[in-house]
Amino acid sequence: MLGKLSWDVIPFDQPLPMIASAVVALAILGVLAWVFLAGHFPYLWREWITSVDHKRIGVMYTLLALLMLLRGFSDAVMMRSQQALAFQAPGYLPPDHFNQVFSAHGTIMIFFGAMPFVIGLMNLVVPLQLGVRDVAFPTLNSVSFWLTATGALLVNISLVIGEFARTGWLPYPPLSETAYSPGVGVDYYLWAVQISGVGTLLTGINFVTTILKMRAPGMSYLRMSMFCWTSLAASLLIVAAFPILTATLAMLTLDRYFGFHFFTNEAGGNMLMFVNLIWAWGHPEVYILVLPAFGIFSEVISTFSSKPLFGYRSMVAATLFICIVSFMVWLHHFFTMGAGADVNAAFGIATSIIAVGTGVKIYNWMFTMYGGRIRFATPMLWSLGFMVTFVIGGMTGVLLAVPPADFLLHNSLFLVAHFHNVIIGGVLFGAFAGYTYWFPKAFGFRLHEGWGKLAFWLTLIGFYVTFVPLYAVGLLGMTRRMQHFDVSAWYPWVLAAGVGMLITTAGVVAQIVQLVVSIRQRAALRDATGDPWDGRSLEWATPSPPPVFNFAALPHVEGEEPYWSIKQRAREQNRLRDEPDYEPIEMPRNSPTGFICAFFATVMGFALIWHIWWMVALGALGALATFVVFAWRDIPEYVIPAAEVARIDRANRSARREALVTYTGPRP
Amino acid sequence: MTAIDVRERDPYRLHGGHGHAPGHGDGGPAPIRIVVGYGFWIFLLSDIVMFSAFFAAYAVLAGKTAGGPSGAELFDLRNVAIETAALLLSSFTCGLASLAVTARRSSWFYVAMAVTFVLGASFILLELREFAHMVARDAGPTRSAFLSAFFTLVGCHGLHVTAGLLWLLTMMAQIFAKGFRDDILRRFMCFSLFWHALDIIWVALFTVVYLLGASR
Repeated sequence: MLGKLSWDVIPFDQPLPMIASAVVALAILGVLAWVFLAGHFPYLWREWITSVDHKRIGVMYTLLALLMLLRGFSDAVMMRSQQALAFQAPGYLPPDHFNQVFSAHGTIMIFFGAMPFVIGLMNLVVPLQLGVRDVAFPTLNSVSFWLTATGALLVNISLVIGEFARTGWLPYPPLSETAYSPGVGVDYYLWAVQISGVGTLLTGINFVTTILKMRAPGMSYLRMSMFCWTSLAASLLIVAAFPILTATLAMLTLDRYFGFHFFTNEAGGNMLMFVNLIWAWGHPEVYILVLPAFGIFSEVISTFSSKPLFGYRSMVAATLFICIVSFMVWLHHFFTMGAGADVNAAFGIATSIIAVGTGVKIYNWMFTMYGGRIRFATPMLWSLGFMVTFVIGGMTGVLLAVPPADFLLHNSLFLVAHFHNVIIGGVLFGAFAGYTYWFPKAFGFRLHEGWGKLAFWLTLIGFYVTFVPLYAVGLLGMTRRMQHFDVSAWYPWVLAAGVGMLITTAGVVAQIVQLVVSIRQRAALRDATGDPWDGRSLEWATPSPPPVFNFAALPHVEGEEPYWSIKQRAREQNRLRDEPDYEPIEMPRNSPTGFICAFFATVMGFALIWHIWWMVALGALGALATFVVFAWRDIPEYVIPAAEVARIDRANRSARREALVTYTGPRP
Repeated sequence: MTAIDVRERDPYRLHGGHGHAPGHGDGGPAPIRIVVGYGFWIFLLSDIVMFSAFFAAYAVLAGKTAGGPSGAELFDLRNVAIETAALLLSSFTCGLASLAVTARRSSWFYVAMAVTFVLGASFILLELREFAHMVARDAGPTRSAFLSAFFTLVGCHGLHVTAGLLWLLTMMAQIFAKGFRDDILRRFMCFSLFWHALDIIWVALFTVVYLLGASR
């Protein structure tokens, strides 16, 4: 009746996960109880859960990402503290648990931390920058988000019910095959990633279509902001790479569930094929994450240097160059697996070449700052921290791209330090820069600068104190994923990395305090005009937060940096543009399709993990029925009357007029 | 002449050059029919990428029979030829359904769609029969890596056709219930794109799996 499910699968005998999950469960129940008792549920349902507004979906993605980053970070704290305590000692995490922790850390950070953060910012900003009212497929967008949330939920359920994979964040066979991982851990991984992967693919399709087919009049390709370009490149990579992940995980699933022989050691299976296929997705995935971050840095550096982006066209070219070459380097993830010297050399050279694209970007950012009137606000600090940190990470990457060097360094903590160097220094710093930069756009008030700067410095210093020792200890030969060790030469470095973790933790606390303090002081931090940073692209032409329709009339774009030219003209003529003729606007109606669909996907995923076949059928039928009901609706849109549009737009115009009157020239 | 006029007179933008195509600026957001079709093409591309991963896996494992039967021993080309004929014909009748939609002839639409369904369902039945024969001969997917890859690749296409059949019935019900409404027409356009794409994949599959396999 309940498949493999029984009371035995809940780890009552392990206090650590039980206490952790009890705390989390109590917190969730507390929040839910508060929501229902205080009568907030109808509001949440109407305005958020069923919302198809790209801005609301973007905020929910970002919130999910922040929660999952905290979860992944607590895993990181456990790993570093375990190793700090495990010199010639067992530490406090048994090997079985430690293996689950590092697997969950990688899975959560990539799939449910970094991806939703980047996609959330894309959702919030891209339609605004394109000067349009929503993405191409708003309801599909909501489906994407809720499927991602389903994946995150399944991974976290594994904390209490059953176990998570012990295979690392990519489940290499034969370890991940049933013979060596008979439990449900790998199944949790497979279905969580598979379901959220569908959501990500749909997002990719949505954004490719939005950026290529829905732009304001006059916005040609070479007038799009850099963030739109990098979002386009990332979305193209999603469309081209995520189906490979889907297929690969499907093959592993068939091996595990039905005894197929794709990757097994017997009957002709080929386990190296898994490694090839997974990295054919995995390397583009790296650029899916970092390209949007590059876009964010481009926006931030240009805005806070009060200059147009230097070398815009070369930036576009570099982005597309990276987009294509990212599919030609996957083999550098397994130089040691015996492809031979010629193949290794070809991929080593390709890997070194892809760094050229990033190099172009770094110089463009430096020349953007050169001669600019630079303001060192928090988003700019993250960008500067990125430029220094990412160059170091890039250098160690080029070092690892040399196959003979890789033979010595592969699987060591040097490698771990390298990819944390580029993912934290690139993706995470970029996401935090974007979070601080666009927060006022989303909520109408800025984040507290003092706490933001403190968070930046603590995170930056914490990062270096953690990972420079890991580089060193990797060179000394310490391999990754060690539950305990007894080489005394490594011990001081491991302790130093533990200290770095403490500093980073202080940085995380500062980020949380920043959010709380900012919400409490929101009146003082209010962004009245909608343009708090003296911005240059179209999102700053809208009020903060923007109305549901974004633009009262679609802007007509006449050049690069469309909002900057509008603003400059207003400043020169000392008057705003003429009021447009307000017309009624049709917007897509809210829909619970995404949420209900994800509910059934959760049921189905859970049932598949535990082999509860009747429940699988129920979940699948429910999801199908949801889609048919959605397809049957007759009125997909509602109309906002012209008078309402006019009222909202006039309020913003009067705020802008006031700002124009008090304008005293560029800020220092 | 405004951008809208240009689009109406020159729907394929043959004469617009840089100035008038939405991709290059003047037009603003494309009409919803274009957006929906374009998005669905992107989806089809992603689906083809997924198939290409299964094709790649099949190519790697095609010779790994582990002492079991090979394609030459298993494949019945006559059966496959009938399957192919059924599927290609179903694409033709699906095209007829499109014409019926354009002409707003609902009875012809239902006839064409019904024939499409019958042809698609016969394809699935023939495929299931082939699978059943193979399993009965101890040549199921767990026998060897070659057969795992074979059943997955062909079965994945079969699942797509099955999903297409469900979609086909839904489309007939939708036209029946809602008539030739704009959003239903857009959905039908996506359905016919999907159905033709399954043909393209089958042609590749027929060549790579059956023709090459039977000669091996």
